[in-house]
Amino acid sequence: MSSLSVDHILGIKDLTKEDIELIFKTADNFKDVLNRPIKKVPSLRDITVANLFFENSTRTRLSFELAEKRLSADVINFSAASSSVKKGETLIDTVNNILAMKVDLVVMRHPNAGAAKFLAQNVKARIVNAGDGAHEHPTQALLDTFSIREKLGKVEGVKVLIVGDILHSRVALSNIFALQKLGAEVKLCGPPTLMPKHIESLGVEVEYDLRTGLEWCDVANMLRIQLERQEIKYFPSLREYTMMYGLDLKMLNSLSKEIVIMHPGPINRGVEISTDIADSEHAIILDQVENGVAIRMAVLYLLAEKMDRQK
Amino acid sequence: MRAKTIINQKQLELTLNRLCYQLIENHDTFENTVLIGMQPRGVHLSQVIHKRLQEITGNTEIQIGALDASFYRDDFRRRSTPIEVSGTTIDFLIENKRVVLIDDVLFSGRTLRAALDALMDFGRPSSVEYLVLIERRFSRELPIKADYIGQTIDSVVSERVDVQWKGDHGKVILTNIE
Repeated sequence: MSSLSVDHILGIKDLTKEDIELIFKTADNFKDVLNRPIKKVPSLRDITVANLFFENSTRTRLSFELAEKRLSADVINFSAASSSVKKGETLIDTVNNILAMKVDLVVMRHPNAGAAKFLAQNVKARIVNAGDGAHEHPTQALLDTFSIREKLGKVEGVKVLIVGDILHSRVALSNIFALQKLGAEVKLCGPPTLMPKHIESLGVEVEYDLRTGLEWCDVANMLRIQLERQEIKYFPSLREYTMMYGLDLKMLNSLSKEIVIMHPGPINRGVEISTDIADSEHAIILDQVENGVAIRMAVLYLLAEKMDRQK
Repeated sequence: MRAKTIINQKQLELTLNRLCYQLIENHDTFENTVLIGMQPRGVHLSQVIHKRLQEITGNTEIQIGALDASFYRDDFRRRSTPIEVSGTTIDFLIENKRVVLIDDVLFSGRTLRAALDALMDFGRPSSVEYLVLIERRFSRELPIKADYIGQTIDSVVSERVDVQWKGDHGKVILTNIE
């Protein structure tokens, strides 16, 4: 009998390979549900989920909300912009007030690394980390690896190149953990200024030349340049970044093999990837979004399954 | 744990054949009828019946699917062990079809309740019938009855009834789990 080894989804680092495989197996079933005429199951109808977004999000937030609704959970939404956080309330107080309204599960995005873990230690609810600063974004990594598994039939042995702003990217870190746990090879590529120091200690290689990296990989995950997190200039200009690390169809066609292009969104068209690639059959960007709902349904379902009914 | 065979292979053979002919009596050529096996243990039975029906009627186009009702169960978060989710494969429309749901053992009736909910999310069948190989008496928790019954047996809660298959043939085992 299978069940998750954790009570919260804070990061991929805490999950075992078996956890990830259980999430994938459950997500397969939910993907099936999402293709039915009635895309909804009653599993979580006695659960209330709060989506707390202390940072902007479109995709993740909609994806979580849809996943919750497809599971018949009750959903409340909260965004920092229109809340008492602006009036000086602490995170624990804000969340405890929400929990006092009988909320069982909290999905949280926060600009500070470790916020999800802090919350899990201090409040009585199950927490799903929807991104904490530049730390982790576990559901994104799960849907990325799930999409690779779907496209290539496996994750083990697949060579994945993660390109771009590694320094500010929670997606990169979660992806590294997830890919390694599932037996994939990971290389990172980007300007030296955007490469974290000592990143090799995670067991990944660093490649500074995009073409060499692309020739090596089966899958290229093109990250967005997170200008909003860059307090200083890490490269001379976006134009120069695009010339060095942007991917266009000409470059893709000149490679000796076909590779799969992924992007966690939102895309800056013409910066990290060109428009013709984003819309080409090489890109599985929209499949990633579709799989996101199934993965988040699986995560919420498996967490709820472990929750104590008699509280 | 004591285990005994309550229906042997030869007896089960007769029962399976009878069930097939009962189905044919009501569904004739199966033109508008589909068979759906209930995950996990009803699926094999549905395939066995499907194969026999095709042999008897000569209609090789009888449609068959498998339905998993895990997400519709009423014991989610109420049971000691997690529910194992299996797959659903229904590659045809059930709208206005006559559906025969197939399971191996009818015990509490709760699995069928969940299956009916799950089935309705695929469309509105014109009718739904329920076939079970083994009906356990005195154990129903919901007002549910089967339309086609292989064998009815008397058993207590501390006993488990399993259908063991070897290809197209099987036998029914009663185990005391106390």
